[in-house]
Amino acid sequence: MEALDGNAIGGTLYDVFGREMTMAQAECGGCGARGPVAECEVYLGGPGVVVRCRVCHSIVIVLVQVREMMCIDCGGLSDLELPTWR
Amino acid sequence: MRTLELEIPDWPGHVAGQHVDVRLTAEDGYRAERAYSLASAPGEPAVITVERLENGEVSPYLTQNVRPGDAFEIRGPIGGYFVWRPDDGGPLFLAAGGSRIAPMRAILRHRRNSMSEVKARLLYSSRTLEDVIYREELEGEEVFHTLTRAQPPGWTGYSRRVDVDLLREVAWPPEHGPLAFVCGPTSFVESVAAGLVEIGYPPGRIKTERFGATGGR
Amino acid sequence: MKKETDTSFVSRGFRGRRRDAAGDPARVPPGQSVTRDFPVLSAGPTPHTPLDRWTFSIEIGGTLRTWTWEEFRALPSEPVTADIHCVTRWSKLGTAWEGVSVDTLLAEVDHDASYVLAFCDGGYTTNLPLEDVTGGKAWVVYTFEGEPLDPEHGGPARLLVPHLYFWKSAKWVRGLRLLDEDEPGFWETYGYHMYGDPWREQRYSGD
Repeated sequence: MEALDGNAIGGTLYDVFGREMTMAQAECGGCGARGPVAECEVYLGGPGVVVRCRVCHSIVIVLVQVREMMCIDCGGLSDLELPTWR
Repeated sequence: MRTLELEIPDWPGHVAGQHVDVRLTAEDGYRAERAYSLASAPGEPAVITVERLENGEVSPYLTQNVRPGDAFEIRGPIGGYFVWRPDDGGPLFLAAGGSRIAPMRAILRHRRNSMSEVKARLLYSSRTLEDVIYREELEGEEVFHTLTRAQPPGWTGYSRRVDVDLLREVAWPPEHGPLAFVCGPTSFVESVAAGLVEIGYPPGRIKTERFGATGGR
Repeated sequence: MKKETDTSFVSRGFRGRRRDAAGDPARVPPGQSVTRDFPVLSAGPTPHTPLDRWTFSIEIGGTLRTWTWEEFRALPSEPVTADIHCVTRWSKLGTAWEGVSVDTLLAEVDHDASYVLAFCDGGYTTNLPLEDVTGGKAWVVYTFEGEPLDPEHGGPARLLVPHLYFWKSAKWVRGLRLLDEDEPGFWETYGYHMYGDPWREQRYSGD
């Protein structure tokens, strides 16, 4: 399947984080590449959503809905910077 | 293809380029969710355009079954990355593949409604002329069409998949400091974005939005 | 942001792409509906290991036994027809495969393990009790409907364990690691059921 990008899970991320997240800067724990979450590779994997670094393809975020609870694992990120003041 | 105007309670309005998630629930609790870009400009009623896909799950329902007065669940507006406000400037180079013209239409309408002086060019790739939507409305804009599968007799537009040479001919030269938005199936987006980088666009001035291989589900 | 929080909201007339779910209850587990498609769902990019570098291994600590693609294809194989059930609620009946029984592979090694962890190109893993991959219940398949297995569907070879939810039928499988104790694989780590019996609707941990 072709990968989508972070725009496709904008709504889910909003629900999880309580705010717009596609503009957040994600830093890959695997290779250090930085970029907006909107530009990450997204695989709608069936059991869950897998977000990967566009450069090295290592997993940065995994989202799984277990019953009514949404679980998010951001362990693959070494940094996630949320834009605030402008 | 069908255009649906949505009446959404407490709708806060939206920014050009944003989308909504539509959720459908069957009697037995089965659910399906899809994202649809808003095709209308901020200040206009929320409008989405749905293309019916052969093996689609949601699109056949939205294009054939839904009647005025029907209700479904909406989440949104969503998006802070693939958006344009007049203050973001330009000139704008918009590239849409397949049925992903909606956010571009929103941006172009917003540009006009807000009397922005920002210039805009649209590159619109479709399979055939019948697949082109908002065609008449877009005639008021600077549009370059390419029809990749079949062209009508006397066609003077492009008739191939977008490549670097085509982009060189239609995209704003990089010296003008353009801002590019590319939306469509993943393969279209990757090839256009790479092509723009090759002609000199800084990657940071190219915004991308990838939908599934068939342009949605 | 949510416009509706009423969980009993139903979209008039929506059924999805499923056929009448009132299919044979003996063949369709609870909560599942039959589809004619074969959805492609993945956790990552499709790997493309060239066949001259592909191997299948059985490991316990180190490698016990490895087959190259040629050696693997020379093993006795058999046709398998099975109903498959994905945890995302679609089921596909009567799917036709061909491949090597896991019994054939395990017969070549000496062990007393109780569990296996299937490992794959791209890093995916899934865990199973040994008795669920033996006794004619599991295969490593390389043909689907008479054609070589498409990379999108797990080719060149994937695990096939039809009596469990399809996430256990690991795509792009490259081997089995023998374990004394059960260890969660990729989705199991994120809350999916360690066993995954569709007939008991064991989708999530604790079901």
